[in-house]
Amino acid sequence: MNLARLGAGFSSPVLDSQRTFRGALEALSRPGRVVTAGGPAEVPRNVAESACALALALLDQDTTLWLSPLLAPVGGYLRFHTGCRLVSQEAEADFALLDSAELPSLDLFRCGSDEYPDRSATVIVQVPTLEAGSGLRLSGPGIRGSVRVAIGGLHEAFFLYWGRNRALFPRGIDVFFACGPLLCGLPRTTRIEV
Amino acid sequence: MRDVNYNFGYLDERTKRMIRRAILKAVAIPGYQVPFGSREMPLPYGWGTGGIQVTASVIGPNDVLKVIDQGADDTVNAVNIRRFFQRTTGVTTTQRTADATLIQTRHRIPETPLTERQTIIYQVPVPEPLQRLEPRELETRRMHALAEYGLMHVKLYEDIARYGHVAATYDYPVMVNGRYLMAPSPIPKFDNPKMSMNPALQLFGAGREKRIYAVPPYTKVESLAFDDHPFEVQRWTAACALCGSRSSFLDEIVTDDRGGRMFVCSDTDYCGSRQSGKEEAA
Repeated sequence: MNLARLGAGFSSPVLDSQRTFRGALEALSRPGRVVTAGGPAEVPRNVAESACALALALLDQDTTLWLSPLLAPVGGYLRFHTGCRLVSQEAEADFALLDSAELPSLDLFRCGSDEYPDRSATVIVQVPTLEAGSGLRLSGPGIRGSVRVAIGGLHEAFFLYWGRNRALFPRGIDVFFACGPLLCGLPRTTRIEV
Repeated sequence: MRDVNYNFGYLDERTKRMIRRAILKAVAIPGYQVPFGSREMPLPYGWGTGGIQVTASVIGPNDVLKVIDQGADDTVNAVNIRRFFQRTTGVTTTQRTADATLIQTRHRIPETPLTERQTIIYQVPVPEPLQRLEPRELETRRMHALAEYGLMHVKLYEDIARYGHVAATYDYPVMVNGRYLMAPSPIPKFDNPKMSMNPALQLFGAGREKRIYAVPPYTKVESLAFDDHPFEVQRWTAACALCGSRSSFLDEIVTDDRGGRMFVCSDTDYCGSRQSGKEEAA
């Protein structure tokens, strides 16, 4: 591994992590709201700035990360900056980073048990576009009535999967959609109407 | 001023990340208690260590912090915690509910309605609502897994059979989003209705019991009741002796040893701003 070519992480790890986490917390507690999450100083190629920031803020030696084939090259960067363990099996992952083009593998991620529904994967999905105000109609906890958000790059298979994921409640995975510096949360409680 | 000998927010970064991951899962599963690795804090358990750890993991330099203890900003627990965060983060603190972005509370929800830009963090002594009925954690965990809450309904029924009403005035059990039974931290049941569909994010930290849980904004929180014994909050015949409010939660204060007493608002900011408002109007 060539450290000189690795790219820098957060310029201020303490404050940047906090800012990113607050963005993620707002995104997850108010699904459909598109928030800005601060990025690291140098973002590796092919990775959304917000996805990278989220990984830097939440991952460490206590967590495992699964990378999709398309994003596998980021492994060295995230391992160096966070100390996380990379896993090759989806079922072993606490966090996963993938591109919307590779979505249908979601069924393999861990969704926790009835006793410990929190021991489930958090999946970060990079999408080509993310815009509040039109598109999918979301409802559920965190949303007053309903809210609309347009999430690009999602196939029919994702909505079928999400129906299954919701039916598992309290088990299930939680998703963050990332596009450039933008972030949108989709907790397992959120209902999607296309 | 921030003491630079401490990390921002006192906790180390790895602890903060662990707590932050727990908070995110707590938000995703409303009312479910997420276990976390609670740390020793420079305060003893029972003084709000859970709330402090949650606040320390959430707080940023731009936050405005308010800390209350039973509604009051000027009691010893609130003053200590406020000073702790002033020293370890240097953030602005306030006593005004409307100005705060983060509110750490011990056992009250402010009278002034919360807004979307606020987060309220509760200090929780006993996070498990079923603990007094079933002490084995293995069993209560299974009850939550199966949503088997008959035990709590029997307890409420026995209260009614014995006293004619549900004999709980604080820590009154609630059902979150129709799924998880939750202890609302020992807030008076007067505050229970404020939890439901609240625009603010509500986070709960229990340090000794090592649990974090959450109620996302606009989430239904229902106080348990029966059709023929609906849920009711406390009412007072008196008004606040200082500000005259008839709609706030009142504390009874004994003023002498001959039976003298007065009722005043428990929320000092609410009471104070009503009093100054009256003076301006006069």
